[in-house]
Amino acid sequence: MSVAFDEMTNADGSIRPAYAALSRWLSNVPPDVLDYRRREAEFIFRRIGITFAVYGESDAQERLIPFDIIPRILTGGEWRRLSLGLEQRTKALNLYLKDIYSRREILKAGVVPEDLVYQNPAFRPEMNGQKVPHDLYVHIAGIDVVRVDADTFYVLEDNARTPSGVSYMLENREIMMRLFPELFAENRVAPVENYTDELLATLKSLAPGTSNSDPAVVVLTPGIYNSAYYEHSFLADKLGVELVEGRDLFVRNDIVYMRTTEGPRRVDVIYRRLDDDFIDPLAFRPDSALGVPGLMSAYNAGNVTLTNAVGTGVADDKAVYSYMPDIIRFYLGEEPLLKNVPTWRCREPDHLKYVLDHLNELVVKEVHGSGGYGMLIGPRADKAQIELFRAKLKQDPNNFIAQPTLALSTCPTFVEEGIAPRHVDLRPFVLTGSDKVRIVPGGLTRVALEAGSLVVNSSQGGGTKDTWVLEES
Amino acid sequence: MLSRTADNLYWLSRYMERADCLARILDVTQRLAQLPAAYGGSTNEWRSALLTAGCAEQFKAVYGDDISEQNVITFLAFSPENPSSIRNCFEIARTNARSVRTALTMEMWETINSSWLELKRYSTKNMTREELARFMSFVKETSLRFDGAAYRTMLRNDAFWFSRVGMYVERADNTARILDVKYHVLLPDSEHIGGPLDYFQWASILRSVSALTSFHWVYRESVKPWLVADLLILNAQMPRSLTSCYQNITRYLDDIAAYYGRQGGSQRLARSTLTRLGNSRMEDIFQTGLHEYIDTFVTENNRLGSIVNEQYLL
Repeated sequence: MSVAFDEMTNADGSIRPAYAALSRWLSNVPPDVLDYRRREAEFIFRRIGITFAVYGESDAQERLIPFDIIPRILTGGEWRRLSLGLEQRTKALNLYLKDIYSRREILKAGVVPEDLVYQNPAFRPEMNGQKVPHDLYVHIAGIDVVRVDADTFYVLEDNARTPSGVSYMLENREIMMRLFPELFAENRVAPVENYTDELLATLKSLAPGTSNSDPAVVVLTPGIYNSAYYEHSFLADKLGVELVEGRDLFVRNDIVYMRTTEGPRRVDVIYRRLDDDFIDPLAFRPDSALGVPGLMSAYNAGNVTLTNAVGTGVADDKAVYSYMPDIIRFYLGEEPLLKNVPTWRCREPDHLKYVLDHLNELVVKEVHGSGGYGMLIGPRADKAQIELFRAKLKQDPNNFIAQPTLALSTCPTFVEEGIAPRHVDLRPFVLTGSDKVRIVPGGLTRVALEAGSLVVNSSQGGGTKDTWVLEES
Repeated sequence: MLSRTADNLYWLSRYMERADCLARILDVTQRLAQLPAAYGGSTNEWRSALLTAGCAEQFKAVYGDDISEQNVITFLAFSPENPSSIRNCFEIARTNARSVRTALTMEMWETINSSWLELKRYSTKNMTREELARFMSFVKETSLRFDGAAYRTMLRNDAFWFSRVGMYVERADNTARILDVKYHVLLPDSEHIGGPLDYFQWASILRSVSALTSFHWVYRESVKPWLVADLLILNAQMPRSLTSCYQNITRYLDDIAAYYGRQGGSQRLARSTLTRLGNSRMEDIFQTGLHEYIDTFVTENNRLGSIVNEQYLL
């Protein structure tokens, strides 16, 4: 593996301009002050974040995702390139989904193999020929990107179902502004706090044609036992809309209503944080107590907007991912602005052969896996693990893809031994309304706190950072 | 607002009030049971406590006829088998609070959450009397904090009014049940004025609604049974009296009706109950039967609960 690109310090030890003020500040501030502020941040998080906790049957388990107080910085120029690429990618995802659920031209043209669609568990035959409001499917996307050098961002994963983490983006910024006002005076940081405002405008723009002039928006949560419940209630609170559970809604004559103290009230847009499988026991899993019976029927009748649309999962798994550059070219006639990580599809025999021959160099992932589970990091694996994956790959090659181990960029991070470089990724959030695409400058930066580790997932010891986009003054 | 949110707020307040009431009942019962028999101390008090808490049946299902001090305390304070034990009240209150997190102020949430965490420190096994006393005052302080936080920090809108209605419906129910279980010691014909036995019974009723001191300020007399009944039923100064509860219930239900621009069954019933309380005199109540009067009240109060439920919470 090559030496990773550090976002603050060049190979010759000089500081990149975007980090100049931060670097000066870091070298002047005594370590105990940093440590004090870190503890203060943790204290504040615990107070508000008491509800980040995951509750087991009998006991509360505090699950605070570690927060690193050193911000990650992008220049305005870097951000503009990145956001153009994100917009392009999201447009392509929406066109792809519209096509998949209607004419399927991309399959006829042989660009994407049919079985990737038809045999995909996230494919929803119920959506075939189904018109969705404004022809949009992915209204809220979380596109994970990583950086490998000064100029190159790769997309690592498209999250087109119910991406989470945006509450951390907002809370991290709040805490940073509270703890380090002097840093914000020295750097012109583009604000992110208007995200929920932009989200509300996006959601309202998506209301179905049959709705009232001021559409009623709700956030649908699986309930308090869901690990992202805090985010759901946070968003509903900031949006100023009701946080509903399935039982608060009912469907009559294909119109969705919520039960209020003043009687039934029509609902036009549902920002649902509930997987397809659970939204309607009449259409999908009959054992789901979380959903709303009849919701799909109201949806099909065009009387309610679900964000994201049903069936978007067919666009964001790791096998489809490898076709994204072709998908962008097919619908937009443009070259992709953001690169894809080179990917071997183990479903293709020559790719499989290459992967089996180079297991110790590659990262092997399950097509439908997430959260950093079920993957092999070749260079760090022992013989037994490699042999285990060799057997798995031979048995079910369709279920896997492989990628080179990327040298993810590093950012200065405050860890036990002081300030040290740690690998990071970035999840910006792309909002697609019927009027326009909105992206607030920033996102959620996740950081692998262990030295050398490439796994940034919070379930496996990852932390988060505030992400700054600097405006040229 | 969402019916579920209103329902959660209503029951959240009911459960906090219930926990407080249970703590008082246990406090008073322990005090009374410790008295020498000549002063009215008897183990029957533990049976009364179960009756007042309204869970004699559930207790029997778990412990049979073994109504010992230890069993009753465990059952009323901690038992998971008792849906209304203090512990369950706090658990339910917290679950409700989490699911209406956006309708609560930070101060209310912190009170509920921290008391729920603190609750885990009290174990039921081998609790000394001192620990039990600490536990009781912890419960009472929690409900004071919750009530104060709600009063000081909530917006005056339907969320606040529903939580108040819940609290006062529960409080009226508790006061009525205390009276119902002890009504016989308040009857004129069982009266032995000045007898120590009855004094401690009457005083314990007052204590269970924390009104022993108030009694003297209101009547400036020694404790007399009809005055105890008057204080708890008709006296509007007494914050746990049935009249006071219904003044509040009526007021908050009217606030809701004005806000929504529509009156309904709950407003009508609350007003008619308040009117009936206002037209009652203690002499008449004793004449027609204290027990019957309270019985009717409990039934009507329950009916109000279900009408509120139908009108707003479903």
